[in-house]
Amino acid sequence: MDDLDSLTNSLLAEIGRADSAAALEELRIAALGKKGTITGLVKTLGAMDAEERKVKGAAFNAAKDRIAAALDARRAEIAARELDARLAFERVDVTLPVRAEAQGRIHPVSQVTEEVIAIFAHMGFTLAEGPDVEDDWHNFTALNIPPDHPARQMHDTFYLQDDKAAAAPAGAGAGGNRPALLLRTHTSPVQIRHMQANRPPYRIIAPGRVYRSDSDMTHTPMFHQVEGLVIDRDIHMGHLKGCLEEFLRAIFGIPDLRYRLRPSHFPFTEPSAEMDIGCSRKGGVLKLGEGDDWLEILGCGMVHPRVLEYAGVDSNQWQGFAFGLGIDRIAMLKYGIPDLRAFFEADVRWLRHYGFAPLDVPTLSAGLNR
Amino acid sequence: MKFTLGWLKQHLDTSANAQQVAAKLTAVGLEVASVSDPAAALAAFTVAHVLEAKPHPQADRLRLCTVQTASGTVEVVCGAPNARTGMKAVYAPIGATIPSSGDVLKKAKIRGVESNGMLVSERELGLSDEHEGIIELPPSATVGAAFAAVRGLDDPVIDISVTPNRGDCLGVFGIARDLAAAGLGTLKPLAIRPVPGTFRSPIGVSLKLTPATANACSYFVGRTVRNVRNGPSPDWLQKRLRAVGLRPISALVDMTNYMSFAFARPLHVFDADKVKGNLHVRLSRAGEKLLGLNGKEYVLDDQVTAICDDSGVLAMGGVLGGEPSGCTETTKTVFIESAVFDPLRTAATGRKYDIVSDARFRFERVVDPEFVAPGIEEATRLVLEMCGGEPSELVVAGEKPAWRRQVKVRPSRVKELGGLDIPVSEASRVLQALGCTAEHKPDHALVTPPSWRPDIHGEADLVEEVVRIVGIDRVPAVSLPRVAGVPRPALSPLQKRAAVARRTLAARGLLEAVTFSFTSARLAALFGHADARLVLQNPISADLDALRPSALPNLVAAVGRNLDRAAEDVALFEVGPAYRSATPEGQMRNAVGVRQGQATPRQWAGGARPVDAFDAKADALAVLDACGVAASAAAVEPGAPSWYHPGRSGTVCLGTRTGPKTVLAHFGEIHPRILAELDIKGPLAMFEVFLESVPPSKDKGTTRPKLNAPDLLPVTRDFAFLVDAAVPAATLVRAAEKADPLIAAVSLFDSFAGKGMEAGKKSLAVAVRIQPAEKTLTDPEIEAVAQKIVAAVTKATGGTLRS
Repeated sequence: MDDLDSLTNSLLAEIGRADSAAALEELRIAALGKKGTITGLVKTLGAMDAEERKVKGAAFNAAKDRIAAALDARRAEIAARELDARLAFERVDVTLPVRAEAQGRIHPVSQVTEEVIAIFAHMGFTLAEGPDVEDDWHNFTALNIPPDHPARQMHDTFYLQDDKAAAAPAGAGAGGNRPALLLRTHTSPVQIRHMQANRPPYRIIAPGRVYRSDSDMTHTPMFHQVEGLVIDRDIHMGHLKGCLEEFLRAIFGIPDLRYRLRPSHFPFTEPSAEMDIGCSRKGGVLKLGEGDDWLEILGCGMVHPRVLEYAGVDSNQWQGFAFGLGIDRIAMLKYGIPDLRAFFEADVRWLRHYGFAPLDVPTLSAGLNR
Repeated sequence: MKFTLGWLKQHLDTSANAQQVAAKLTAVGLEVASVSDPAAALAAFTVAHVLEAKPHPQADRLRLCTVQTASGTVEVVCGAPNARTGMKAVYAPIGATIPSSGDVLKKAKIRGVESNGMLVSERELGLSDEHEGIIELPPSATVGAAFAAVRGLDDPVIDISVTPNRGDCLGVFGIARDLAAAGLGTLKPLAIRPVPGTFRSPIGVSLKLTPATANACSYFVGRTVRNVRNGPSPDWLQKRLRAVGLRPISALVDMTNYMSFAFARPLHVFDADKVKGNLHVRLSRAGEKLLGLNGKEYVLDDQVTAICDDSGVLAMGGVLGGEPSGCTETTKTVFIESAVFDPLRTAATGRKYDIVSDARFRFERVVDPEFVAPGIEEATRLVLEMCGGEPSELVVAGEKPAWRRQVKVRPSRVKELGGLDIPVSEASRVLQALGCTAEHKPDHALVTPPSWRPDIHGEADLVEEVVRIVGIDRVPAVSLPRVAGVPRPALSPLQKRAAVARRTLAARGLLEAVTFSFTSARLAALFGHADARLVLQNPISADLDALRPSALPNLVAAVGRNLDRAAEDVALFEVGPAYRSATPEGQMRNAVGVRQGQATPRQWAGGARPVDAFDAKADALAVLDACGVAASAAAVEPGAPSWYHPGRSGTVCLGTRTGPKTVLAHFGEIHPRILAELDIKGPLAMFEVFLESVPPSKDKGTTRPKLNAPDLLPVTRDFAFLVDAAVPAATLVRAAEKADPLIAAVSLFDSFAGKGMEAGKKSLAVAVRIQPAEKTLTDPEIEAVAQKIVAAVTKATGGTLRS
């Protein structure tokens, strides 16, 4: 037994001294391999009697286990040490920039349009749409703006080339000529198209591009409006007030935003009003929701009975309100964007600065303020 | 429309100040644009008495004045020739701001003598151009009194925006009536009495119009006043006109302006001695000329309402008077005209000749037909008061236009439509105060609106009158009735697609642009513009004269602008309109994008490479995928429209073998010729996705097919084929995919041509993933599948397996 003990102890000592995986493997083969010293001892068991074999066998196995365990332990030690040594050299400069990926952005007009939609969708409105290239009837006449009405002058209309060849043949009667086509000056013609195509009641908004031949510091020949239309049996001005109050407070995120309705005039509504919201202009800085000044924000009114009739809706049965507001203007006010013209210039510096993160989809549950 | 508080109070008995008046005006729908108090800027300037004016010891032209002021007696140096002992002048103390220059007055030595303030001229106070001398006040002016009060400049000026339906409020009296109705005071009734004529007017009037053009001028009243002495109008009138921004000219002309602003009653005065024969009204004849009072000569067409004498056209009725027949300082006999002109024709004439006049502004908005005669009587009274003279009898042509109509109104509508719950008596009081008369029936009233309110036609108009006068702030806000349940989706499938396309492209690193729907016709032509009607008659500039065939031309141009500002690697997209024809159906919604420069920017980790057609293809496919079109479902074919590089572009389409194909998208590099023409640095790749063409998703509910995820491990084998260079990779991939049902995926990982390759050939390598279904495949079974793949590819492409 002394031999076994001394062999075991010397092997354990060698294992303890081994300093590489390769040296350990050599030791394993020398001890536990086919021709290993311990293996050699185990082979002697066959020549022993049962009693001796029982005693020696147990001792050999115990020695074998100790050595195997020691090998494993030492191997783990060496691996840990080697990893530490490797890690001492594995370094990156974490201050290097990440691999650049282009960052996309959503335009403020799109973002604010989605915000507006989120609010009105909550109130049960759906979206309607109409074409940008309109005819005179939908853009003006059906909205109670007859030819030569002074209100037409306020609209600075873009007209498309007329097609002389398309003029109706003689005898086609009044209105036989193909009507003048124009770029819609407001989103209101969508009201007409929607009412013509659907039965009341209506609760729609119609966001979109509108066009006026007007260009200076604060006007661009194209801008964005959203039209609203609510028609039912008993919708009155109190509803108009409530609906727009709730909308304005939600879009600007100011729960106690002051507002006022001011009587005004539009041919397509009666009574008509403009809506102002409370603001301050201290030191030339406009701030919503404070101060005692006013800022005009939208036009609205009860839909003129004649407009309902033009659209084929019985004005004795149905009534309601309509409104129109500028999306670009809401974006400018809400997000402090100074110049309307820059909206449409596609300057990447502007788009990156004023744009919104791609996945920042406005929802009421998460709030509409960014 | 400007007026002063004092002027208003001539017609309105009220103790309200300017701010209270302004608040009420806005509340009743006469929006106040500004309230200005000219006295504010003049507050520092007071009346002073020049006790002594003696020559300056050092300068001949200057005077040294001892001046008694509000703050004691001071020495002032003055250069004005009219400074003299004993005069009353206007004193500006040290520290006062001079209105014309904005300078603050400082104590200064002038030629060695200290001056404690100054005596000022009208120009220095911004009152006129008068700078010949200092202002001289009447001897009665009290030393120390505010100059503004002495001069009558302490009357606040209120400027309101009058909506086009309210011609009656283009006169101070009409404004006073609205305010009185709204409870701000009491309207002082007008006491206009006819002025008896003492002789027959030597000038007669007649209307020479056809039945078709009769409404050009329906009513014409005139009168001659002889032996008048025209000259400057009195101080009170000049002050009022100046306050509202008009220049006093002479008593006769000032009277007409006064009538316009006081009563919205435009009048014209002719120098009767310059009128040949009688006056008549007719339409102008083409080529007739008129030298206007504004000094411009107009050549008329045949549509102008012309007031003529025997010699020709004297005035454009309702728009502009003529210089030759105008009144001057020497006018001895005046003919006053008060008429009704057609609003539409007046507007058309004004627009056509670009004449903006106070008369046109009022006639366009319809004048009160009942005030034609009172207007001329009041005008006569003023002429007699200011210029003396003898009035003739009136001469009249035409008839007062009919204006009476009854509007049926149910009192309940104030609440039902206006949302305003007030007693019927209050609504009646408001309408009465506005001049309406009513005939009461059991359940409704028949209301006759007043002659000055041609805009009131229906029940809703009357409800509006009640609501605006009572106060729209008294209408309680009510939430819209809630639609039961959770609201249904607000967006249509197409609208949802557009929203998803936007977020998808932004997430892929492109910046969303919103560009004009216009572009230049030249750019439009490069990008497929077809319809000649899609060109504007009246563009705002030549660069914006055509509706765009898509957003591409604008985005490409925007890339150029950004590069000029030293931007790099510009990637833009727009989801917006594209115009194919001038019909509602011709307007399409596209998602289009451009990428210029490097696909990924230059960076320390390498990997930078120029953009190419495959970046654009990836963008297009990503949009389609987000819209529900799987890349595997669409076919990609070579080639795209002319604005793309012919060999580096493709078209994504859907469709059966037999039926017509639906084009979903184009992508590719831009045509080099366009890049050169626009002088933009490439490379530039772009895409157009046609959102309308995406087929609607078939409604199969929300349930998805069951996931097939076998436990057995798949086997992957690589194959390299030698094929003709013209063989599309997709053909090979599709053949391999269909070779055996066990094939789960085929991915192309290498495409190579050139060195070491037979000319006209290329090598395409694919990795094929074979997914065992029921049991692990044996080597012979795998080999059998491989054989099928080779056979299928060879059959489809004519290619051979490379060994």
